[in-house]
Formats: sequence, C-alpha cells, structure tokens
Amino acid sequence: MSLAAPRRAAWHYLLAATLKAFNANKTSWVGLGVFLAVAIAAVLAPFIAPYDPLEQDVLYKLRSPTLQHLLGTDSFGRDILSRLLYGARISLLIGFISTLVAMAAGSAIGMAAGWYGGRFDGFIVQLIDVLLAFPSLILGLIIVAMLGPSLTNIIAAIALTSLPAFARIARAPTIAVKQREFVEACRALGYSDARILGRHILPNIFPEILVMASLWLANAIRTEASLAFIGLGIKLPAATWGGMIREGFENILDSAWLALAPGFAILIVVFALNLLGDGLRDAIDPKLRGEG
Amino acid sequence: MTAYIVRRSGLALITLLAVLTLVFVLVRIVPGDPAQVILGDQASREAILAMRVRLGLDRPLLVQYFEFLGGALRGDWGVSMVSGRPVIEEVMAVLPWTLELTLLSLLIGTGVGVPLGVVAAVHRNRLPDYGARIASLLGLSFPPFVSAILLLLLFAIVFPLFPVISATQGSLSAWLQAITLPAINLGLITAAYITRVTRSAMLEVFSEDYVRTARAKGVPWRAVVWRHALRNALIPVITIVGLYLSILIGNSVLTEIVFNRPGLGKLIVGALNQRDYTMLQGMMVIYTFMVVLVNLSTDLAYAAVDPRVKLQ
Repeated sequence: MSLAAPRRAAWHYLLAATLKAFNANKTSWVGLGVFLAVAIAAVLAPFIAPYDPLEQDVLYKLRSPTLQHLLGTDSFGRDILSRLLYGARISLLIGFISTLVAMAAGSAIGMAAGWYGGRFDGFIVQLIDVLLAFPSLILGLIIVAMLGPSLTNIIAAIALTSLPAFARIARAPTIAVKQREFVEACRALGYSDARILGRHILPNIFPEILVMASLWLANAIRTEASLAFIGLGIKLPAATWGGMIREGFENILDSAWLALAPGFAILIVVFALNLLGDGLRDAIDPKLRGEG
Repeated sequence: MTAYIVRRSGLALITLLAVLTLVFVLVRIVPGDPAQVILGDQASREAILAMRVRLGLDRPLLVQYFEFLGGALRGDWGVSMVSGRPVIEEVMAVLPWTLELTLLSLLIGTGVGVPLGVVAAVHRNRLPDYGARIASLLGLSFPPFVSAILLLLLFAIVFPLFPVISATQGSLSAWLQAITLPAINLGLITAAYITRVTRSAMLEVFSEDYVRTARAKGVPWRAVVWRHALRNALIPVITIVGLYLSILIGNSVLTEIVFNRPGLGKLIVGALNQRDYTMLQGMMVIYTFMVVLVNLSTDLAYAAVDPRVKLQ
C-alpha cells in the first residue's frame, strides 16, 4: 500500500462529507449560488461593467436610475452599477485574504495549543479570551487608524480581529481528536507532530473550520465596509462598497439610491454567506442547530 | 459564593492588565514617531523633542509602561492632544448617551428576541420557525449603518416622524423622539441575535427529562414552555448576551454616526480624524474597562442563577 493512500482517503471523505452537508440543507446551495454569482460578477467586472468606474460625466450628476445608467449616477456623474461591480472586487478581495490569513494562523495556533496543552495552552486560551472580549470593530478601527488605511493594513486589522475565533474553533476538536486511537497509532509509528497535525488531525477538524470561515468571510466584508464608512477605507477615488455608502450618505436627502445600492449589495452577499455557513453548520453539527 | 467572586474578580484584573498591556504595545508599534505624526511634517526638531518630552516618550519604555498602567488604574487617562481637556472628562461627558442607547437596545432586543425565540422553538420546522429564522438571519446580516440609513430615510425623511439629528435633550417626549430610531436600529439587530440563541437553548431544554415529567404530570404545555423550560433556557442566553455586549458597543459607534448622536462613537471618530493619539489610547482603556466589567457581571449573574458554576 502506498503511503499517500490514507491522505487521499481522508480528503476524499472530506469531500463526500461536504456534499452530504450541502444536500442536508438546501439553503446552503442557495447561499453558495448567490455568493458565487456575485464573485463571478466581480471577477468579470472589466468585461461586464457598462462604464469605467472612475469616468466622470458632469452633465449626468446624481441621476436616478435610467436605461443608460441602471442604478443611476453619483455626485461626479460616475455610473453606480460599474462602481458596484468594481467595488465588489475590493470588498471580496479584502474579505477573502483576511479570512484566509486568520483561518491559517488562527487554526495553527489553536491546533498547537490543543495538541501541546499545558502552560502554552493556558496562555493561548487567556490571550484568545482577551482578544475576543475587545469589540472587534473598535480594535480594527484603531489599528487601521494608527497604521494608515492601506490595503495591507486593512487586511491585517481584519485578520487580527477574526484570528482568535479560529484559534478557539480549532483548539477544542484537536483536544478531542488527539485522544482517538488513530492518533495513538500515528505516534507509535513515530510520525512527527507536524505530520500528525497536518495530515491526520486537520482533515478531521477541517469541516468546522470551513463553516467558521464562511461566517467570518461575511463578517470581514461587513467590517471592511464599516471601516470605509467611518472613513478608514482604501483611498478614494477607488470604488469600495463602504466608501460608496459614505459618499451616498452625504447626499442622502436628494439621492438616497447612492447609499442604498451598495448597502443592499453588502446585505445580499453577507446574507448569502450566512445562509451558506448556517446551513452547513446545521448539517455538520445538529446540536448547534440555529445557534448564534 | 464569596470565594467564587474573589477568584473571578482576580481573573478579571489579570485580563484587564493583559488588555492594557496590549493597548500600550499597540500604540507603540505604530511606525514613525507619534510626536512627528501629531505635529506634522513641517515641525521643527525642537518642537518634536518638546512634544516627545510632553508625551513622556523620552523616558525608558519600562517606566512609560508602569506609568501608563498606574494612570489607567487611577482613572488618569491622559489629556486630549486637541482640546487639552483630560480624556476622562471628555469620555464622561458623552458616556451617558452611549449607555442609554446600549441599554435601551438591549431591552428592545430581549423584549422582541426572547418571545420570538420561544415561539420559533415551540413551532420547530413549521412556518413561524422558518419566519423567525429567516428574519433573524437577515437581522444579523444587516450592516448596522445600512439599517440605520434605511430607518433614517423611511422614518425621518420620507415620513418625517422622527428628527434627522437625534442629539436633542430636554422634555421626555423630545428624548423619546430622539432615541427611538437609534434604539430600534440597534435593538432589532440585538433581537436577531437573541432570537437565535433563545431558540436553540429552548430546543435543548425541551429534550430534558423534567420537561417530559412536567408534561406527564399534566401540566399545561403553555406553563411547561414559559415557566419550566424558559427559566432554564435563559441561563445560556444571559452568558451569550453578555458576550454580545462588546459587539453592541461596536455597532453603537456606527449608529451614532448615522443618527448624528453624541456618544463614545462620535468621540472616537473625532479623535481618529484629528489624530488625537492620547484620546485614542484613553478610549481603548475605557472600552477595556467596560468589556471586562460586563464580562465579570455576566459571570457573576450566571453563577447566581446556576449554582453548578461555582463548584467548577
């Protein structure tokens, strides 16, 4: 038997379990479908956007939706639909990268804490509690304010605020799985800690981490928009959803759709991701059904 | 109980010190010299040196650390770089605004969320349950500033029932008019969260033996739900609501901005825009105090309603 066989089996099992989870709760498919549609629209923005998102047309300022401009124009005469499509690229990019960073670093820290236990574990648990206790928006806001609102800093701030949640979700199942016989067997075979954690424990706890990731991706997108709304977003004139709402809010009395269009865009994406994560969580752990 | 309170308070103190250390480190890992940032690029070398002395940045790091800790614990959180007033004075001036908004939203959230969660659990997998679940998921998905803008647009601009700027004080009716929209905004988002927690806690309790026993004894279902099950289901709800308070504090910042309402949120955004570093540091300290205090009271409340906690 080749050594690669158990690894393939573990990931094959994972794929089957994911499909089963999706099918157990059909709303997950709806959430995934809506989210993928937005993601594809964002990727294809340069091809499907009707106008250049930065192109100003002073004769067409603050116009209501028409056939030429399906979602109207802003105070510089820029096409809102095009700005929404381009804005999706930045919002999703920040959401994806910050969640990936938080997922990788947080899971690694949580798994290490669960695996090694003892004082190291105690210290990490305390640290997680402290970070979780702090209002994440305020923490993100202060980090970005101090480091400056660049793409990297915004991603770092959002990743740091969601990292403790991943550490916590990875730690508990690691403790449970490390008592199982197959881990005992791996140790007896002389496998290194890294190998046991990466190849044998990770596939077992991965579904829970993935569900968490979909819920935190929603949160990351919302946090980025909140930071941009406060004025700590990527520098203008680049289109971001939160920045568009901020601009629209300044013109709320005469052109409400300026703020509403990006507002609903965020709502749709976040709702789709919550639907996806919620459905998957129901399927993976019936005990948690419907819990916040 | 006394031993538990002492132990838990000790733990809260450790958490407080840990977060204060985090704040200290965070403020000092900022690239560049804070004195330079405050004074701008054009400042002379002498002015920067004077500012460094004023900020205490010329002293050894360890001395700065202990002075910061001592000051934070004594309530001396520095002086605003912009207004020149002590940070604690500025904070105390607007704190009541944030507190009344947070508490009222919590009240609305509980008043709507708990009954809705109970109804959803009782009618599990039927129409009221689906309705409650979709509504609560939608509530959780709303960025608080988007829902605030929507409320403002509908009830202050299209139908001018409430003021656009909710900073009025004075008579009770003026106060009510000013706080209604912000409190409903935060309250409904809180309700979404509490509905989900209550629903799952109720479902768990429904499977307990004593619920079956109560039913077998002939206790009416309504009494079983509201008197027996809900009392026990509320225990986890209290803890989770306590944890949620830190999210609520974050959401209140955004709500205060949209409704142009004084409070910690507007204070922190003002400090951000004016690069008032001492103010920001002071604000982080006050948030830390609030969060640690809320967590401590949640744990003590939990111990008061569930005697098993103290034995652990």
